[in-house]
Order: sequence, then C-alpha cells, then structure tokens
Amino acid sequence: MITTTAIESTAELTEQERAQAARLDAVWSEPRGFWGWFKAVHHTTIGKRYAVTAFIFFLLAGLLAGGMRLQLAFPEAHVLSNDLYNQFFTMHGSTMMFLFAVPMMFEALSVYFVPLMVGTRNIAFPRLNAYSYYLYLFGGLMFYIAFLCNTGADRGWFSYVPLAGPDYGPGKRPDFWAQLITFTEVSGLAVAVETIVTVFKLRAPGMSLNRIPIFVWGQVVVAFMVIFSLPGVVLSSTMLLLDRTCNTQLFNPAVGGDVLLYQHLFWWFGHPEVYIIFIPGTAVISTIVTTFCRRHAFGYLVLVLSLVATGFMAFGLWVHHMFATGIPQIAESYFTAASMMIAIPTGAQIFCWIATMATGKVVLKTPMWWALGFFFTFIMGGMTGIFVASVPVDLQIHDTYFVVAHFHYVLIGGAVFPLFGAISYWFPKVTGRMLSETLGQITFWLFFVGFNITFFPMHLVGIRGMPRRVYTYPPNMGWTTLNQIESLGYVLLFIAVCVFLANVSRSLKTGSLAGPNPWKAGTLEWATTSPPPHYNFLHLPTVNGREALWDAAPNQPVVIGLDEDARSFLTTRTLDAEPEGRDEFPRPSIWPFLAAIATSIAFIGSIFTPWGITIGAIPVAITMIGWFWPERQPAERRRAREIWQSE
Amino acid sequence: MAERVERPVLDVSRLPTVGFGTHSITWWGIMGMMAIEGTVFVLMIASYFYLHSRNSEWPPHRNPPDLLWGTVNLGLFLVSVIPNEWYRRRARKGDLRAVQIGLVLLSLFGIGNVVVRYFELWHLNTDWSIDAYGSAVWTLMGLHVLHLVTDLVDTIVLTILFFTSLVEGKRFQDAEENAAYWYFVVAFWIPIYLVIYWAPRWLHA
Repeated sequence: MITTTAIESTAELTEQERAQAARLDAVWSEPRGFWGWFKAVHHTTIGKRYAVTAFIFFLLAGLLAGGMRLQLAFPEAHVLSNDLYNQFFTMHGSTMMFLFAVPMMFEALSVYFVPLMVGTRNIAFPRLNAYSYYLYLFGGLMFYIAFLCNTGADRGWFSYVPLAGPDYGPGKRPDFWAQLITFTEVSGLAVAVETIVTVFKLRAPGMSLNRIPIFVWGQVVVAFMVIFSLPGVVLSSTMLLLDRTCNTQLFNPAVGGDVLLYQHLFWWFGHPEVYIIFIPGTAVISTIVTTFCRRHAFGYLVLVLSLVATGFMAFGLWVHHMFATGIPQIAESYFTAASMMIAIPTGAQIFCWIATMATGKVVLKTPMWWALGFFFTFIMGGMTGIFVASVPVDLQIHDTYFVVAHFHYVLIGGAVFPLFGAISYWFPKVTGRMLSETLGQITFWLFFVGFNITFFPMHLVGIRGMPRRVYTYPPNMGWTTLNQIESLGYVLLFIAVCVFLANVSRSLKTGSLAGPNPWKAGTLEWATTSPPPHYNFLHLPTVNGREALWDAAPNQPVVIGLDEDARSFLTTRTLDAEPEGRDEFPRPSIWPFLAAIATSIAFIGSIFTPWGITIGAIPVAITMIGWFWPERQPAERRRAREIWQSE
Repeated sequence: MAERVERPVLDVSRLPTVGFGTHSITWWGIMGMMAIEGTVFVLMIASYFYLHSRNSEWPPHRNPPDLLWGTVNLGLFLVSVIPNEWYRRRARKGDLRAVQIGLVLLSLFGIGNVVVRYFELWHLNTDWSIDAYGSAVWTLMGLHVLHLVTDLVDTIVLTILFFTSLVEGKRFQDAEENAAYWYFVVAFWIPIYLVIYWAPRWLHA
C-alpha cells in the first residue's frame, strides 16, 4: 500500500494554521473586480487562461479541419473556393502549431504545474508571465480578426518564400502570419525563461536534480529547446517581413538572396518545434503511467536522459524537411542517419513505460486509457517517420497525404492524446471536481476510433499520389472512397470533442469533490487543496524522494521563516536544492497588460509601416519603465530587513 | 481526524535576501535573455555567410564598409569595460556612490556609442534594398543597434533610479546585472565588427 503522507493531512487545520492561512491569503490573493482581472499575476490564474485560450484555438482549428473534410468528401466539390481553402489549411496548421500545441503543451502546463510540482508559491517573473499571456492572446485575436476580414494567412503554416515573398504574396496575408509568429514567439520565450529559473532556483529543499519529477524535467528540456530554436523563426519571419515591408532582398535570388535560407532558418526552429510539442506529451505519459501503475517510474535516469538526448538531437535533423530541395547528397545521408537515431531515445522511453506497467499494478482510469492510446498512435507515427526519414521514400511521397498522415499520427498521438490524458488527470486539481469516468472513456474510444478512421486512410491515399494542399480532385483518381472514409472519421472526432465538452461543463457544476489527492499520486501538486490557494502551500514542503508524497518521511520537515506580510519565496541551489536565500515576488500590476497593449500596437503597426516598430517602441519603453519602477513602501520594508549575501 | 504528527521545521529566516550572480533569480533571467539573443546573433551571422556562399562576388560591385567609425566604436566599447567592471564589483559591496558614478559613466559611454554608431551607418557603403549583401549587413547592424539602444535606455533609467530614495539591495542586484548585460552587448560587437568590416575584405582577397 502507498503511504499517503503527513504533508497531505493539512485538511484538518489547527487554530494557528487557520490564522496563518488567512494571513497568507490576504497577501497572495489576486486583485478583484474588472480591473483586477488585468492585474492578476499568480501562475494558476495565468496557467488556466493559457489552457482555456489554447483549447478554444484548438476547437477553432478543428472546425477549420471540418470545413476541409467537407470540401474533400466529394470530388470537384465547391463548398470552399480554392482561395478560401488555402486560408483554411494555413489557418488550421498555424493555429494548431502556434496557438494550440505549444501554448497548451508547454506554456499552459508549464505555467500551471511546474511551480506546484517543485513546491514553490509562484512562477519566477510572474509579471512577465502575465505579459506573455496577453501577447499570446492578442496575437491570436489579430490572426483571426484578419481571417474574418478575408486576410487570413494562405501560404501554408511555414509560409515559404518565394510564395509568401513580396513578388508572389500580394496583400497583407503573409504579414499577419509573420506577426502572429512574433507574438507567439515572445510569449513562448518568456515562459521558457520563467520555467528554467523556477526549476533551477525555486525548488523545494531536498528536491535535488535526481528527484525532479519527470514532467518537470520534460518542461525544462523543452524550455531550453525553445530558447535555442525559436531564434530561427524569429529571424526567418522578421526577414520575411523586412523583405515585404522594407524592401530588403534577403530572399530575392535576382540580387544575391536565397530562398533556401528561409527554409534553413525556419526548420532550425521547425524541427525542434515538433519535439517541443511532444516532449511535454511524453513527460505527461511518464507521470500518468507512474501514478496509475502505483510504482515509481521504471528507469528514471533513462527517461530523463532520453528527454535530454531528444532535446539535443532535435537540432541535428532540420534538413530532413528539405530533402526535395536539391541539397547535396552527403547532407541527405547525414540527416537521414540523424533522423533515424532519434528513434533510440524514444524507444528507450517506451521500454521504460512498458516495464513500469509490467511490474506495476495498472489502474485503468481515463488518463491511463489516453496513455495507452498514445502508445499505439505515437508508435505508428514513429514507424512512418522511419519511412519519411529515408531519402528515396521521401522523394516519392513528399507533399502527399502520406506525410499528412505521418505528422498527424505523431502530433495528435504525441500531444493531443497526452493532453486529454493530462486534462482528465489534472482536472480535479485545477477545478476541485472529478470528471465523469464514463463520459471520459466514451470520449477516449470515440476519439481513438475516429482518429484512426480519419488519418489511417491518408497513408493510402498519399501512396496513391494525392498531393497535400489541393482544394479538390477529379472523380477518376481512385481517391474518392478513401476521402469519404476520412471525412466520416472526422464526424466521430467531432462527437468525441462534444462529449468531452459536455463532460467538462457537467463536472464543473456537479462533479464529485476531488479532495487534495484523488489518484493517490506522488508529486507535490497533490500536497495542497484542489484547487490550490493562491499561496499554493500552507506549509512550504521539503522533499525526500522522487515521488515527494510517496517517499516523504513520517516527520518530513516543513519550511518556516519566510515573511508572511509579503509574497516571499525561498531560493535553493541548482544542483542539490539546499536553501540559499529569500526573495520576494512583485505584487499584481496593471503594467504588464499595458505593456502588452503597447507591444501589440507596435507589432501590428509594423505590418503596415516600418515606423510601427520605431515609433511604436516609445510606448513600449514607457510602459516597461512603469512596470520596472519600484514602489516606495515595499522598497522601504525590504530595505529595513535586508540581509546581504556574505561574499 | 487525520493523525497529526509534530513536524520538525526548516527555519530559513536567517537566509540572505540580497544575493548576486547565481544567487539572484533576475541574474538567471538575464542569462536566459542573453542565450536567446545570442542565438539570434549567431544565426544572423550564419545567414550572412550562407548568403556569401551563394554569391560569386562579396561585396558585389562596391567597397566594403569604411573602417574608421566601426573601429572607433570597438575602441569605445572596449574602454567602457573598465568602468563597467569597477561599478559591477562595487555594486556587490553596496557602494552607492561608486554605482552612481559608474552608471553615469556608462550612460555617457552608451550615448557615445550611439553617436558613433550613427556615423557608422553612414559609412557602410551599401543600402539595405540594393542586394542581399546590403540587406545582410544592415540586418546584422540593426540587431546590434537594437541591443545597444535598449541597454542605453535601461542604463539611463537605472541611473535616475539610483539618485532617488528608492535604492535598496534589489537595485544593487539590478546594477550588477545591468553591467553583466553590457558585457553581452560589448562581447557580441567583436564578432559582428569582424563580420561587417573585415569579412568582406578577407573574403574578397
């Protein structure tokens, strides 16, 4: 039997503890009222906003997919015009990648859970966190408002030049795409820095590197990948915008520019991007498998090192997206080998999960079903990945539906299945109520079957030569039946998501109360009430093992001695998590919101004129200075109590 | 009622509240920013050489940038490191007067760098819209200008702050980290200077 811990027993509070909770609540509560919404800085608030917003974008992109499936269900159909179809698939892809997958799998999960799982009271740089959310939101709104004005991006989710360049991409459609990238990359980069600093400096005492939960390791690896890969797309989209609005010639071959430079920079980011999306997924799977097999994960070190190795290797694969561009053969060989090598760390993880399940006591609840669905789907996607990594096969099926099938198996398998698993797993923590188990399993089976009916035939239709991104096809190609099966599969997926939404809305009102730890899991987010208070933990925990709650000593110490009249937190050393210092989070503030507005004006302005950035930088600077400028009273309080680090 | 055990405690009330370097979380934040921006610089330099590899003549049909102003700026950047390091060390001791002097000096250096940069831009001997070479030079230069100006504004704001009564330990951390960021701006000017001013000369030969 698993010993639940002393930390959990805060359900019964003493008089003294109740007074302490009231004091903490007074200091940490989020501001109320209309303007309070814009001042909020707690990671659970911002994390929830990220999750809800990203899920809405997921639904929108799903509806766009429905439009495409309707159009393709019949040969020579005219539900969507060719122009609208181009916008649909570009909006679908861009939304799924930039407004759903990364913000959901990385930003939302990281912002909400990493601070809880490492046992601290907020994420590092909470105001930056709020700012990053508003930028993400405004970027998404801008992108969809442009779409509603018939200015939706229409050059594919990667917006290649020359098609998106000044000569072949008239109007403002590619510019809105480029600025969407700018918005989302700023928010992604901000959360990456916050995540790394939170994990490196804010862990609970005792949580040395070898005790960090695997989920948190995954998010740290992703954060590093974001930091080193996003600059690629920062540059490529900025260069695209410069070529389009400032007459630079970076991609113009007539005067020494080169279109493949765009592809190199884009895929320097684009390939790691795929792993940025599924590493959180595999980290979620490790978490769910551990909890529902009632044992520590088999091969913790292997799992962590696999994540790290995947992170490194991700940067050596980008050219496999460019096999059909006429690059030298030696480069093709190298990138084929590198692409196949990625199967090694992924395979190692899969064997660890199998070993965990084989030696544990599997509890088949909804989250575990999603994990099992992930295994099947993701392995299928990995298999076809080996096909497309090999140059001759790739040249044959490049730009066909085979590739579409492959990456939907990898991305839906690697991110959406784990995401639904994560939602069913953590919903009780975030809302305090359980989801319905029956509806959860119905959702899973509908989704799993619907997914395979939709995407498996795409392999076949791709081998039969159907190209991607065509808005229709003639009736005599032998593609019709397969397309119709795919479209029927979409209907199942649609119903699955509807059942899921019904489950959520029903459970929010009438779901059974979850209590702090309904799954008897081992990580620290389960050591506090559901939902967590804005100070996260009444007693800041200390940690004695990889699964903090399972491994806690009967008399596991708690941290005391932080100021209770300020948003104080403890910093610990990076390697061994020994207590090192005390610091203070900033208070809620309207400035991050104002700075996000100013930044958005500058970004959107620069679509229309280069002055958007130069003049637009002035309000950005003013709001950022307002944000930085200290308040007198907290400054005086801190100064009065200061203890300087001894040198 | 759940079993209650008297819990031992870990008292952290005597731990420092003001720390520098790896002890400060904003220092880590700045390091993250440098990693991001450094990667942008590196990729831009790589793009410059990629474009060079696609051109038979580099720079095409014109002279490389004039050496004078870029080299003057390099000298200015390198000299600024001396007061920068001085006030960075004094900030760690909480020496208010030294940090005030250091920040004023660095603001002046920054203004000097921006003025010289203005002359540099007039002597690049190319326009960004003529060809890919010109675009690459201006984009690389533009990236560094962006960092220079941002850091100058930061430094001036911090300088003003240091003459108010709001100074506390956290602001000395800011001063120390502001100096660290200046190193980043200076350190990246060296390769960018070599690429913009010397690469066309060496590659031409």
